[in-house]
Amino acid sequence: MQNQQNIQNNKATKKNVIDVSGLFKEYQTAAGPFPVLKDVNLRIDNGDYVAIMGPSGSGKSTFMNILGCLDKPTKGKYILDGHAVATMEENDVAGVRNKTIGFVFQGFNLLSRSSLLDNVALPLVYSHIDKAERHARAKVLLEKVGLGNHINSRPNQISGGQQQRVAIARALINNPRLILADEPTGNLDSVTSEEIMALFSQLNKEGITIVLVTHETDIAEHAKRQVRFLDGKIVQDTLTNGHVSTNNESSEVI
Amino acid sequence: MFSAMLGEAWHAMGANRLRTFLTMLGMVIGVSAVVLMMAIGQGAEASVKRSISAMGSNLFVVLSGPPRVAGARSATGNAPSLNVKDANAIGELDDVAGVAPVTMGKSQIVYGSNNWNTDIIGTTPSYLDIRSWGLSAGYAFSDSDIRSATRVALIGKTVAQNIFGEDIDPVGKTIRINQSPFVILGMLDSKGQTLDGRDQDDTIIVPLTTAQRKLFGNQLPGSVRQILVQAESDNVMSILEESMNGLLNQRHNIREGADSDFSVRNLTAIANSAAETARTMSLLLGAIASVSLLVGGIGIMNIMLVSVTERTREIGIRMAIGARQRDILLQFLLEAIMISIVGCLIGIGIGVGGAVLVGIFTQAEIIISSESVLIAFSVAASIGVFFGFYPARMAAMLNPIEALRYQ
Ligand SMILES: Nc1ncnc2c1ncn2[C@@H]1O[C@H](COP(=O)(O)OP(=O)(O)O)[C@@H](O)[C@H]1O
Ligand SMILES: [Mg+2]
Repeated sequence: MQNQQNIQNNKATKKNVIDVSGLFKEYQTAAGPFPVLKDVNLRIDNGDYVAIMGPSGSGKSTFMNILGCLDKPTKGKYILDGHAVATMEENDVAGVRNKTIGFVFQGFNLLSRSSLLDNVALPLVYSHIDKAERHARAKVLLEKVGLGNHINSRPNQISGGQQQRVAIARALINNPRLILADEPTGNLDSVTSEEIMALFSQLNKEGITIVLVTHETDIAEHAKRQVRFLDGKIVQDTLTNGHVSTNNESSEVI
Repeated sequence: MFSAMLGEAWHAMGANRLRTFLTMLGMVIGVSAVVLMMAIGQGAEASVKRSISAMGSNLFVVLSGPPRVAGARSATGNAPSLNVKDANAIGELDDVAGVAPVTMGKSQIVYGSNNWNTDIIGTTPSYLDIRSWGLSAGYAFSDSDIRSATRVALIGKTVAQNIFGEDIDPVGKTIRINQSPFVILGMLDSKGQTLDGRDQDDTIIVPLTTAQRKLFGNQLPGSVRQILVQAESDNVMSILEESMNGLLNQRHNIREGADSDFSVRNLTAIANSAAETARTMSLLLGAIASVSLLVGGIGIMNIMLVSVTERTREIGIRMAIGARQRDILLQFLLEAIMISIVGCLIGIGIGVGGAVLVGIFTQAEIIISSESVLIAFSVAASIGVFFGFYPARMAAMLNPIEALRYQ
């Protein structure tokens, strides 16, 4: 109930972290342009927790990459935290990836040559923070994700679930407003997946907006809202049972 | 930020040590070659310059015999067509600062049980002035010694060392030259080697008349092998050369168009062209060595291209967490620069060490100037930047999502 009240309070200062409208994406292939996203519209509120579902090849990763400013749409509007990404300078987009968004990948994407501490601290290098503070902050986060005893290990010395925790710690290091996770449990067994999902739920309770992609319905149950992609379009947008809508339009999309 | 990047560049270098070492080797060889070649070249240049300044300035030598005779120098001087009167006549010309008639030969020198075969120069006191040749002990002979053909001599350092040793002071001693006794008046300053490598200190100087009458008596009376002429200044050299040719042609009754029986040589011009040759050699050596620097640079570029390809995924990860294009550019550029600078430092060490060894084993003069080290260093650093830039830019221009997808 505490949680719901927080969300209700947010409604008073309501603001969309993500506002996507008329979004198209086509890849250039040898066989000509290949449309993947076809008129996607989505608003996500500050503090929301959204699971994106849908069959393989329906365009979920493509959409997440655009949300994460790793890729650009062919057409359409993407307003992130009040700023139109399309009009930003390349350097500012890098700044957004660095500070506003924390991206968590299915394959962890850690630097294998660096220690866990350096991996987690790496985003701070690009925000010009000195070494002592970088390491102090990285240490705090590694402790938070339960890896305080492994700060000097290499990624290949720990399990997949632990590597994903490191990746989450890295995503959190610059206090982002938004965590984007593309199938974060896709490479993990079900027990480890539950632990990772518990971590996401905790982060959401702390006020971070979370958007994650998953195949599995039980994973999606952790989210407050579930959006379903099919063939490059959003075909369903529902609240998970027991959650109160924070988005006026969410039910209209269906 | 910068120190973090330096640290990462250092790590990346250490990640594949053999490869880094081999890449560096190109740079090491290039830089050490440049440093070594410049040390040898500059040393040669300096010793040529020293020989030139030892020779005296604005000098002509007039030689007996026709000009441009092929073959050895001695052939030109053999026919004694010049004499003391020619020298005196040249002395009357405008722009002449000094004239010294010279006759020469080889003789056996004896002191006690020691003997030595050396060059004897018979000349006038002005010879020492023209060649700015001082005495380290004693005094020179005078015009009155010329008039009365006294048996006195000035002795060069090499001769003195060989017949007197270190302990005996030669001044005032009597030596025998071709069996005749000569009193040593003075000891000549050390002059070192000529441009063609002869030891100028292996010499004895005696009055011209003494040499003509008492040592090399088989020649025509008054004849000399050569006349050394010093001009007043550099700018009158060509005028003086012309007037000397005119004067001697007239005195020797040589008709227009006929071959002269003497030749006038501008020693200063010959010396300057030798210096020029030495400088050109030095530059050429440096240039050849620089080619190996270039090859080293290409090696760096090659390995950086491989490295960018191998680390495409890493670049994608860095971009995904907020690295700007210029951060990636800087990272790879720093790596290239670091490889070339570390290689360069090692190369400077080897080059300097090699130059010192060459100096020890060949006795050749070696000059390691801070200038040449600085040049090698800055060229190597710029090669790092130049050849590192393209791969680094390639890395920076990668699209983050394509880089992340790279297997
Ligand atoms: N770089 C690309 N070039 C061409 N086609 C691509 C590219 N990336 C993805 N696709 C295609 O786009 C479609 C959607 O892919 P994706 O967004 O990864 O789907 P999902 O994550 O839902 O499985 C797929 O058919 C895929 O083959
Ligand atoms: Mg996917």
